[in-house]
Amino acid sequence: MAEVLVFVDHVDGSVRKPTLELLTLARRIGDPVALHLGAGAAEAAPVLAEYGAVRVLTADAPEFGDYLVAPQVDAVQAAVAAVSPAAVLFPSSSDGKEIAARLALRLESGLITDAVDLTAGDDGPVATQSVFAAGFTTRSRITRGTPVITVKPNSTSPEAAPAAGTVEQLEVTFGELATGTKVVSRTPRASTGRPELTEAAIVVSGGRGVNGAENFALIEALADSLGAAVGASRAAVDAGWYPHASQVGQTGKTVSPQLYVAAGISGAIQHRAGMQTSKTIVAVNKDAEAPIFELVDFGVVGDLFTVVPALTDEVKNRKG
Amino acid sequence: MSLRIVVCVKYVPDASGDRAFTEDLTTDRESVDGLLSELDEYAVEQALRIAAEADDAEVTVVTVGPEDAEDAVRKALQMGADKGVHVEDDDLHGTDALGTSLVLAVAIEKAGYDLVVCGMASTDGVMGVLPALLAERLRVPQVTLLSEVAVADGTVTGRRDGDAASEQLSAALPAVVSVTDQSGEARYPSFKGIMAAKKKPVETWDLEDLDIEADTVGLAGAWSAVEDATARPPRTAGEIVTDEGEGGKQLAGYLAEHKFI
Ligand SMILES: Cc1cc2nc3c(=O)[nH]c(=O)nc-3n(C[C@H](O)[C@H](O)[C@H](O)COP(=O)(O)OP(=O)(O)OC[C@H]3O[C@@H](n4cnc5c(N)ncnc54)[C@H](O)[C@@H]3O)c2cc1C
Ligand SMILES: Nc1ncnc2c1ncn2[C@@H]1O[C@H](COP(=O)(O)O)[C@@H](O)[C@H]1O
Repeated sequence: MAEVLVFVDHVDGSVRKPTLELLTLARRIGDPVALHLGAGAAEAAPVLAEYGAVRVLTADAPEFGDYLVAPQVDAVQAAVAAVSPAAVLFPSSSDGKEIAARLALRLESGLITDAVDLTAGDDGPVATQSVFAAGFTTRSRITRGTPVITVKPNSTSPEAAPAAGTVEQLEVTFGELATGTKVVSRTPRASTGRPELTEAAIVVSGGRGVNGAENFALIEALADSLGAAVGASRAAVDAGWYPHASQVGQTGKTVSPQLYVAAGISGAIQHRAGMQTSKTIVAVNKDAEAPIFELVDFGVVGDLFTVVPALTDEVKNRKG
Repeated sequence: MSLRIVVCVKYVPDASGDRAFTEDLTTDRESVDGLLSELDEYAVEQALRIAAEADDAEVTVVTVGPEDAEDAVRKALQMGADKGVHVEDDDLHGTDALGTSLVLAVAIEKAGYDLVVCGMASTDGVMGVLPALLAERLRVPQVTLLSEVAVADGTVTGRRDGDAASEQLSAALPAVVSVTDQSGEARYPSFKGIMAAKKKPVETWDLEDLDIEADTVGLAGAWSAVEDATARPPRTAGEIVTDEGEGGKQLAGYLAEHKFI
């Protein structure tokens, strides 16, 4: 069976969930071979094996941490030469997309970004994308070279399928472009103690209607009662009420949870772009005409300052 | 020495219109009015800011797109850029990101540059890969997705807020930069700017001017193909209640019924 190269997204060997989703999708096309760059391969390998990696290629060098994107491109290119895969899959993170794009150019292969589903086709993998603020669904195919595809988080549920996961060292020689952009310093994002926004089953978001940073405590309390991640509209982020890392929408994160709760959010097209594919959508907004109500499965026309705390209390009551 | 800045801007269908596909499954650029991609206004803004801080700088705006795309160049000139380049050719219809990066790279080299500034993503394709592709083609550093950017002494520095960490980056010029919508509010064209833009030069180049073979770009030259496009079915109308004291409870009831509690 053909092999499919999967780029591993990890923090010091702790594998992030989108990679497990990629391994799950890769198995539809062939045998997944994971590529782990940087430290922590020993911790990552058993996890990658559990989710179907037949082999784990690994390389570690200071370049991966000290310079931006280009060293990784050299490494994936070396891996492609070693494996001759049927496709190369990346998570749709900022780094993932940029590495994928440069790789595609070097391989003279076609590129598809932000797939939300992947199936095997007669002429290679078929990628489903959600475009124009989720207004359309397209299916696309690579017509030249080794398909290079980036896949959005939450595109499938990770399914374990234990495989050998044999760890093999990959030889990487860095080209002259590798050291072009120096990473002078790196500050890890502080953990919120809540689920990761793009991975959460439930997301509770607040918008301009929340009216102040201090009032986001209401949104956080509801989120915590539901075990949810907290999101925000750009209006709330621009006002400085909540960090940009929590922004949902076109220029923020795309979320696709089981449940999305919008409080004090009007539902502008750019916000919808980031949450429209949520399975269930509910909203609280005091304006009955707000466009968000066109999307909802259940909506409450009312003041969030009374409805949200009442909801939080009721959730806590029911959970006991 | 003068700093030559090239800003890449895209002309896109207005996101608030009903965007759609044409019969050949390319973006319909006729049925919806176009405009300068809002995310590229941030690129123009940062280019103008960097130029203002340099001793001597020139800002050239480049776009690859159909006839109307000149509007995007004009808007950037109104904001304060010095001159424009519009690459237009019928054979460019349907070009993919890899092809567009070829055309832009050749145009940027022809225009001459020390710094290329792009937006974080186009608002129609939203791939966010062009800046990286340009860096690869031009064989210069990519300093991308910056929320803060500065240029001094032939070095560009900036802050990239990633998923897991925030990184401080630095590279020697020439380089390709892309900036996010966190990089600073874009200016509005002033009346003076609008008047001045009328006299600013815009050159139009076609593929022949760039020595690019027509079959390497366009729909036929694309390395990926859209097989089908389906409009998302509108979400079925949900239940809407008006809060008369029980709204929170009713919503909790709905959530419980659907097993979220
Ligand atoms: C290029 C570009 C990219 C963008 N990217 C994004 C993006 O990634 N994410 C994003 O969110 N936006 C984005 N935007 C902005 C977007 O267009 C909207 O401006 C933004 O989403 C509005 O946020 P909002 O709904 O919180 O605010 P508003 O539109 O002001 O809506 C606030 C809502 O709160 C309601 N409200 C007020 N008080 C209360 C109360 N007490 N109780 C209940 N309801 C109340 C109001 O009725 C109103 O409907 C982008 C825009 C552009 C041009
Ligand atoms: N046709 C184009 N002409 C000029 N610049 C472009 C074009 N397409 C993309 N760009 C630039 O590349 C950035 C990223 O675009 P994309 O990779 O298409 O999302 C945009 O913000 C623009 O700065």
